[in-house]
Amino acid sequence: MTTPHSANSSVQSLPAKPDRAAAYWASRVTVGILKLRIFIALFAIVIVFSLATDNFLSTGNMLIMAKHVTIVAILSIGMTLVILTGGIDLSVGSIVGISGMAAGYLLLEGVKIGHHIVFFNPFGVVVIACVLGALIGAINGYLITMLNVAPFIATLGMLYVVRGAALLVNNGSTYADLEGNVALGNTGFEFIGNGTILGLSMPVWILIVLAAITIFVARKTPLGRRIYAIGGNEQAARFSGIRTNRVKLFVYMFSGFCAAIVGLVITAQLQTAHPLTGQTFELNAIAAVVLGGTALAGGRGTVFGSVVGACVISILGDGMVMCGISDFWQMVIKGLVIIFAVVIDQLQQRLQSRMVSLTA
Amino acid sequence: MNLNPVHVIETKGLSKTYPGTAALVDVNYKVQRGKVNVLIGENGAGKSTLMKLLAGAEVASAGEIWIDDKRVHITDVRSAERHGIGIIFQELNLFPEMTVAENIYAGNELTSSGVIRSKAENHQAKILLERLQIPIDPRTRLGNLYVGQQQLVEIAKALSKHIKVLIMDEPTSALSKTEVEILFKIIRQLKEQGVTVIYISHRLEEIMAIGDCITVLRNGRLVAEDEIANVDIPWIIEAMVGSSKKRFAFAQHALGDEVLKVTDLALKRSNGIYAVDHVSFSVCAGEVVGIYGLMGAGRTELLEALLGAQPLAIGQIELAGKRIERHNIPQRIDAGIALVPEDRQKQGMVQLMTILENMTLSSLGKFVRRFAFGALGRAKQVDAANDVIKRLAIKASSVDAPITSLSGGNMQKVVIGKALLTSPKVLLMDEPTRGIDVGAKEDVYKTISLLAQSGIAVVYATSELDEAMAVSNRVFVMASGKLTAIMGRAEFDSERIVRASTPATAVV
Repeated sequence: MTTPHSANSSVQSLPAKPDRAAAYWASRVTVGILKLRIFIALFAIVIVFSLATDNFLSTGNMLIMAKHVTIVAILSIGMTLVILTGGIDLSVGSIVGISGMAAGYLLLEGVKIGHHIVFFNPFGVVVIACVLGALIGAINGYLITMLNVAPFIATLGMLYVVRGAALLVNNGSTYADLEGNVALGNTGFEFIGNGTILGLSMPVWILIVLAAITIFVARKTPLGRRIYAIGGNEQAARFSGIRTNRVKLFVYMFSGFCAAIVGLVITAQLQTAHPLTGQTFELNAIAAVVLGGTALAGGRGTVFGSVVGACVISILGDGMVMCGISDFWQMVIKGLVIIFAVVIDQLQQRLQSRMVSLTA
Repeated sequence: MNLNPVHVIETKGLSKTYPGTAALVDVNYKVQRGKVNVLIGENGAGKSTLMKLLAGAEVASAGEIWIDDKRVHITDVRSAERHGIGIIFQELNLFPEMTVAENIYAGNELTSSGVIRSKAENHQAKILLERLQIPIDPRTRLGNLYVGQQQLVEIAKALSKHIKVLIMDEPTSALSKTEVEILFKIIRQLKEQGVTVIYISHRLEEIMAIGDCITVLRNGRLVAEDEIANVDIPWIIEAMVGSSKKRFAFAQHALGDEVLKVTDLALKRSNGIYAVDHVSFSVCAGEVVGIYGLMGAGRTELLEALLGAQPLAIGQIELAGKRIERHNIPQRIDAGIALVPEDRQKQGMVQLMTILENMTLSSLGKFVRRFAFGALGRAKQVDAANDVIKRLAIKASSVDAPITSLSGGNMQKVVIGKALLTSPKVLLMDEPTRGIDVGAKEDVYKTISLLAQSGIAVVYATSELDEAMAVSNRVFVMASGKLTAIMGRAEFDSERIVRASTPATAVV
């Protein structure tokens, strides 16, 4: 008999009318401000650092910061969909590493087919690395849906497996000098990391396109609706006829794909593939998603929020470096910011349910 | 001390009101000392509420509780235990990974300077179990025991707290024949040892066998009490159901062709007992079938098997003449089966979503716009949702309001609406009026009639007799997974239905 609703309606008899209206509007305004918190945070960080340092807003610094932002942001896009379903993907950092190594291998060593060694052009290299990332994501998804392994465990396992595989590719060594060979027709890989179109660098373009598509999918398509539904209530989603396994498989594949892109971008920027690239990236990506207001339990959050969250977390890092704050303090501050964000989120949830009870 | 020789517990004018509903009204309940006091009533009659008040799980809105002729204030479970009242809920509250002894003393550990005395616990538990003649080693992991044995551990746990009144809420619903026999033996021993038992059950034969006196609740009121020796089963049913039957508007309309045909549908539980025991039936378009049965009769499993949510189910299902082979919910929904699940909150809706988003969740494919890169059309969704809101008379401020802002009855209608948007031929509903108030119930019945008139076959499961007969063309009765009776509207008979729903158990 006691549905949550009827429990709420007992509040009805409490305060006198004007108080209730005032309390309602106070909550509503506060919630409004809290919802914008990530933008306020971004704005505040930019102001503080541009005042505290001389060249924070200089073009050169902006370019460097954009590089860092794109890496975290692209990972956080894939991570958002995973977290929206109520899962987690800890393997993305390792996928970053193996995707770069795969590119290095394909560019420098080629693939032996029969007696020939085939070298793919950069486009082919990118496609193959992305497919590899998606395949690793598919393994995650298979473990989680078909074999019922908890997402945390499945992707933690893959974090090690994939990192190990990345180290095995070239026996722990890097692939350097990836500019390619004109004779082999595989020059130009650098473009994906350092090239520019209309004054914007390629990684920024990739971020914009990827974010736009993902936001569209999440907000406008059945797939997006189903992702939210699974995180909101998986059982209800199943009874509604949603192919929950298929949707989950997709989000892990997509997350792997995003990670592979990041691996390619970094490798192209440095012209070197290093097997340890991407270590702990998964933590930054998760932090960006959480900062962006996505609930770790799933069902609630936005892709756009995560992108802004990625800006906050990486600009905060860069700014602190420029201010000469020690590494140790940087870690403390970063951690506090993440915890603070979640505390505020809880506050917002509580205020919102209070608002509902005041209107009941 | 000069105790009241007859009554160990007496309530005076006990009432409990939840927002919108009175669960218990002015009940003067007397519990006879050293007897097995049977408490019976339909679902929602107030049995559980009364027991929760006695066991301290809820606090009364008005009235008094007297124990041993003293007025007591029971505020929580601990204070109930202090007054000697213990309860065993229908669902077991045990820890499968702990040993039997650890379970018995969970929350009440025997300690010395903060350290648990495992040996002492094992020893005490052994004595306790021996006293009850329960042949279980206290060091066994609880999860290794059968459900019946676990139930006995619950009893031992309750008795470890030196209680004088033991409340048992449908203790036999999950037990096998032999387990029931053992339970009854132990109840008789408890009686000899001076423990008073309050026994809640739907199983009439069982009640006749084990009970000493009986109290009947109906709609939150105490309507009858007597010695078991003076009553018979028709008396009990009469008292439970009441002579003034509620009448619902039932509009007879022509039925269509056979749309659902089920042959030999069976589903085994993990313990080897059939949850659905080779059930066969068919339903016509526009027909309404009420499946009546007690908890655990297999109704939910039957409906879920029809939806394809029970991959281990075997048997044949034909929908509009076509065999359905695979256990695949999306395919069956496409074929024309939809389910409104039993637990609205857990299985029916996504709490974080709006009314519109919940309603369209099963039929998103329909709302994709053409030439829009697979985007959903907002206008189409709003039209469909508004259409359902009108059709089912849902009270909602806007389609974009969160579903949690609705009342229980309206939430249920949204879940029904979600099923309707898949254009089902057969609509399955599991306890469609669970947890919604009386007015909204009538509304749901009206909705069912309406849908049937539009040609949908509606099959709904219920544990309320009135509800089963309310708007149905036929009533199916299930007991222990079997279909024990099928009757048409002309032959509806409360007594026959209740009898058919009573699982056959060993009468010791």
